[in-house]
Amino acid sequence: MSAATATTTRQIQFREALREAMSEEMRRDPRVFLMGEEVAQYQGAYKVSQGMLEEFGPRRIIDTPISENGFAGLGIGAAMMGLRPIIEFMSWSFSLVAADQILNNAPKMLYMSGGQFGCPIVFRGNDGAGGQLGSTHSWAVEGLFSNVPGLRIAIPSTPYDAKGLLKTAIRCDDPVFFLESERMLGNKGPVPEEEYLIPFGVADIKRAGADCTIVSFGRPVHFCLEAAEKLAAEGIECEVIDGRTIRPLDIDTIIESVKKTGYCVVVDQSWPFGSVASEVAAQVYERAMDYLDNRVYRVCSDDVPAPYSKALEQAMLPHAGKIIEAVKKAMYLA
Amino acid sequence: MTMTDPKTALQPVDRVEPRTRLKWLRDMMLIREFELRTMQAYQEAKIGGFCHVYIGQEACAVGCIAAANPDDPVITAYRDHGHALARGMEPRYAMAEMFGKSGGCAKGKGGSMHFFDQRTHFYGGHAIVGGQTPLGVGLAFATRYENEVLEQGAKRITLCFLGDGALNQGALHEAMNLASVLELPCLFIVENNRYSMGTAIERGTAMAHDLSTKAAAYGMPYYQADGMDVCAVYNVMKRVIDRARAEQAPAFVEIKTYRYKGHSMSDPQKYRSKDEVAEYEANDPIRRLADALIASGDLDEKAFRALSQSVRDEVRDAIAWAEQSPEPDPAADLYRDVVREPFGPYGPTTPPEMCGHEPGAVAEE
Ligand SMILES: Cc1ncc(C[n+]2csc(CCOP(=O)(O)OP(=O)(O)O)c2C)c(N)n1
Ligand SMILES: [Mg+2]
Repeated sequence: MSAATATTTRQIQFREALREAMSEEMRRDPRVFLMGEEVAQYQGAYKVSQGMLEEFGPRRIIDTPISENGFAGLGIGAAMMGLRPIIEFMSWSFSLVAADQILNNAPKMLYMSGGQFGCPIVFRGNDGAGGQLGSTHSWAVEGLFSNVPGLRIAIPSTPYDAKGLLKTAIRCDDPVFFLESERMLGNKGPVPEEEYLIPFGVADIKRAGADCTIVSFGRPVHFCLEAAEKLAAEGIECEVIDGRTIRPLDIDTIIESVKKTGYCVVVDQSWPFGSVASEVAAQVYERAMDYLDNRVYRVCSDDVPAPYSKALEQAMLPHAGKIIEAVKKAMYLA
Repeated sequence: MTMTDPKTALQPVDRVEPRTRLKWLRDMMLIREFELRTMQAYQEAKIGGFCHVYIGQEACAVGCIAAANPDDPVITAYRDHGHALARGMEPRYAMAEMFGKSGGCAKGKGGSMHFFDQRTHFYGGHAIVGGQTPLGVGLAFATRYENEVLEQGAKRITLCFLGDGALNQGALHEAMNLASVLELPCLFIVENNRYSMGTAIERGTAMAHDLSTKAAAYGMPYYQADGMDVCAVYNVMKRVIDRARAEQAPAFVEIKTYRYKGHSMSDPQKYRSKDEVAEYEANDPIRRLADALIASGDLDEKAFRALSQSVRDEVRDAIAWAEQSPEPDPAADLYRDVVREPFGPYGPTTPPEMCGHEPGAVAEE
């Protein structure tokens, strides 16, 4: 990773990386503004926008009432006129009440208007299970929203990726859904001082290996790395591919790896039926059937509503144990 | 602000030349003729999908848009033909859109309910009831942002039209609250035609007899206009717009109007009486303005007939143009205009043919 080689690399938190991306883009382009619940005076419900009100003022860092459908639509209208809104959802779980605006309007306006009105807008916020928040607050929306044409979906797993991808998202002329994780906001990682952008549709091989391909997105990438570490102790070298964006999907990198390993496990925190993992598996079959030595294995959240109990929640989510089991099954070792 | 007695003369219009009122007459006649031909084309199966005509309501769009500046953003719901034409979209691009042709205002990708015209600051045609209202607030946000953050442009206001049915959508209430707390110059213009599909307003809307309560809940001024009188609409809107522009604040306007035809092309209209429809038709905004202009000596029967002929010709030409406009080509067009920055299967975005023309100035073939 280029972050490791840069001379002025610091260790910063995921939330700081997000803040740097937004602040740099706001300094660069006065059309960019940030709007959402508690983003300004409260300094961010999760402190992502801390200090931004002070730097950019209340005309560009804007608190809203609890009206997701309203302010999501406001952002889209503003984007139709050429502004570049960043709309923060406290949680993607709450984006469901804004479904009409974010699914009907943002991704389809350009098409329905015959190429006249685009929507250069970023919706961002926490996705995936938090800590024991119960079903309403534990949505992994990638399974739902990746079904929608016209969208880009970015889902970083490290501070470095988060910053580079968010800057790309803000500069994108099309709508981007940017999926963060409350569980990772405090994670630290290397981020260079120098400006960089990460293009969409380019996966990152987070760990190289020749025995089994593991594909994942967002927070579960860390569980994959944990599993790969343990498997390496048993002499199994996994290649962990972090997709980084779901749409566009870097299927080429995945196919390259599968051609090499012959085995594929896809790890996805959404629910299995019609999931991101299912889509990756289908594309692997379409493109690399002849290279596979076994079927593709999926590790998703269990097909139940997210429970509150810690024990039940842990059992439901993807984790290293499930991934190790899947890799072993895929490789006929279990 | 009170309504004029519909049976008496039109409201006098301050500082408006007869020439301008003649233009309003022609605009309303053009919309009427356009939609009569639309209905015909629908019967002939040249138009598919859902199609909602505006016949009877023409004075609303024409009066409001006349009172606004040409660069004030306009947005509305799915009953959008009148607004698009009043804004200056040439009928040919509107008709071609409904015919699903590549020359349509949205290249055949939007249809009757999704007209758009960047040139005339017409932000659509939106088919989810109430869904356009947060967008309208966003347009108003953007005009203010342009003035105050980007320090450019003159003060603008946004005309955000909605039907009475949208009064009961959460989106509208969120939008009005946001416009109020963020102080955005968005005018919520309710075209109250008394019905949402087959539901009379009293059956679906609390306080239907006094919609000023809706405005009061969000601290907005409320205005009312007689939608069967284009001059009354203009008079009210001129004041509303001037004030909203100066104060950069929202307002709520109820225009009392009526649609003569069914909700869409398939509506047996069991929910209202023929007498009720006839009563409104007798009070027709086009006929009334024509009569008033004749009475004041600004129009005579001969000139009126010539005007009728000219709109008939214009719409006939529009239909002919739409018919010869090519069908979109699935191989070339299906995957275009999805995104501005192409990736994967998506091709580039190109503006519709319409955008190559100055509004209202179509080159003759
Ligand atoms: C959210 C949503 N629900 C239902 C519909 C179906 N629908 C289309 S128009 C309409 C009636 C709307 O009436 P109103 O707002 O008064 O507008 P008008 O038709 O009178 O112009 C309904 C129920 C829709 N398009 N969107
Ligand atoms: Mg109605």
